[in-house]
Amino acid sequence: MTTTRPMIDHAAEPPRSRGLLHDTWVIAKRGLVHMRRQPEQLTDATIQPVMFVLLFAYVFGGAISVPGGGQYREFLMGGIFAQTVVFTAFGVALTLANDRKNQAIDRFRSLPIARGAVLSGHALTNLMKAMLPIILMSLCGLIIGWRIRSGIGDAVLGYGLLMGFSFAMIWVGILLGSAIPSPEGVTGVGFTVLFPLTFMASTFVPTSTMPGILRVIAEWNPVTTLADAARILFGNPNTPTMPGDPWSIAHPIAYTIIWIVGIIVVCAPLAVRSYEKSLEK
Amino acid sequence: MDNEHAVYARGLVKRFGEKVALAGVDFEVKTGTVTAILGPNGAGKTTAVRILATLSEATEGEATVAGFDVRTQGHEVRRRIGLAAQDATVDPLLTGRENLVMLGELHQMSRAEASTRAEQLLGEFSLLDAADRRVSTYSGGMRRRLDLGATMVAHPSVLFLDEPTTGLDPRARNELWGVLDTLVERGTTVLLTTQYLDEAERLADDIIVIDQGRIIARGDARTLKRELGGDHVQVVLVDAARLPEAERLLAQVTGAKVTVDAGIRSVVAAASNGVDTLVQVATALSSAGIAVEDLSIRQPTLDEVFIALTNSPAYDEPVEASPEGVRS
Repeated sequence: MTTTRPMIDHAAEPPRSRGLLHDTWVIAKRGLVHMRRQPEQLTDATIQPVMFVLLFAYVFGGAISVPGGGQYREFLMGGIFAQTVVFTAFGVALTLANDRKNQAIDRFRSLPIARGAVLSGHALTNLMKAMLPIILMSLCGLIIGWRIRSGIGDAVLGYGLLMGFSFAMIWVGILLGSAIPSPEGVTGVGFTVLFPLTFMASTFVPTSTMPGILRVIAEWNPVTTLADAARILFGNPNTPTMPGDPWSIAHPIAYTIIWIVGIIVVCAPLAVRSYEKSLEK
Repeated sequence: MDNEHAVYARGLVKRFGEKVALAGVDFEVKTGTVTAILGPNGAGKTTAVRILATLSEATEGEATVAGFDVRTQGHEVRRRIGLAAQDATVDPLLTGRENLVMLGELHQMSRAEASTRAEQLLGEFSLLDAADRRVSTYSGGMRRRLDLGATMVAHPSVLFLDEPTTGLDPRARNELWGVLDTLVERGTTVLLTTQYLDEAERLADDIIVIDQGRIIARGDARTLKRELGGDHVQVVLVDAARLPEAERLLAQVTGAKVTVDAGIRSVVAAASNGVDTLVQVATALSSAGIAVEDLSIRQPTLDEVFIALTNSPAYDEPVEASPEGVRS
């Protein structure tokens, strides 16, 4: 027969919740430790952007001229800033896919933590991670002759815009990471969707050199306007706007901000729903 | 609220599309006892645990854990449970200590409290030497111990262990059983799942046998085994040609149904009188002049339990649904 054992030694009442911010920070700290202990997984945020700067500056640089004049290397920096920021989505999607693969998410979900803390923890880690390539690229740019030629206010706005876009891309990453079941799948989609998206833009060459339909796509591609906005705000050479240019090209900063807000408003709720659905098995 | 039962489930059904993982199960776990859910892969064990640990929502039915409804009071449930999922889900990139401190903090302790608790658990689970090494360098047994420690961080009143020893070698398994014993002595309510009858018998007061989403038997180990014919006597012959003769003899002595496995030249039957039966079988075989390679008495295997309960082996392929819907 079953025997009832003496009552349990546990505390009468478990500790009260310390709130979303506390839980978010604990999970973000874990993410930071992961980053530090897997430096090889940081290549997309460290070596890759620096490599792109050097390759394009020295290999292609001589063959590309900036309409309106100015150094190609300075033109290039805005483009690679934008490309790197878009790739933020990639890292987020990978960390989520890995968490699900090794069941860490199940453990988190069996804990008395604030709803949404796991996602916001990941978002915070990745926002901090997104600063890394921007800082490294800025240093690398300074070495090869890039300068911020605007005022402090514009420069701060420029970096703010890059971080804002990173934040938006984090939600795209959460959506990707929840919708695609395996880390391998995430890598595949990253290379076939995000990669071309950053090339069909003013990232490396002025859009004015592109043929018909491609040029239209590039002109409305937010990667173009993010790159252009960065160039303008850092006081770097940019393709001069002509009368008859689409609205996006004429107002790159405003257009980019609309995209940031749009991505967050559309993707964040979708991402949260898709994430929660991905957990139910 | 029901204080007598730490876990109380009624009519739990879980469907994944067409597939029925749980087909309506009722069970309860008395506070301070250990209950094992025993069953083969795909029986619905993990599904049941996931529902009780609030990771998954039941399609139908209701359940309370520590007196709180898993559907509507999930947060209160999570404050009072510990869950060790099937694969040890401790973080391989963190050290053992970092894992426990993080979980303490996520259990809403202050950092200092969490550190103290981590130190205490590392000691209890014999992991102090490895405390500051990354978990990726741990052996399977160490990882499981850490995983158990992790479930104990917040002094849970109910512990869910999903196949706690699957994948461990016999030595690590024994070690882990020892650790579980001490938890149980302290009076923690435990619901564990297992594929091994010996594990269920060793650890649990109460065993629930589940197959294809249904409970097919329950009781303490002794009751179950009596129901299932208890011990089995197994004879392995030197000469396969004498199997029919041995089968006949065994049937006479035990009065039970005899299973013949020609591949390993063995005959098996339930031994209702334990060792006495064994002696009778030995005498009968030797007077018939049948040479015996091995003669033993043993517990029924899970497969034999399932044959006894369902007339189908535990690890049989699932029967395909009849293709009625395929007519186009």
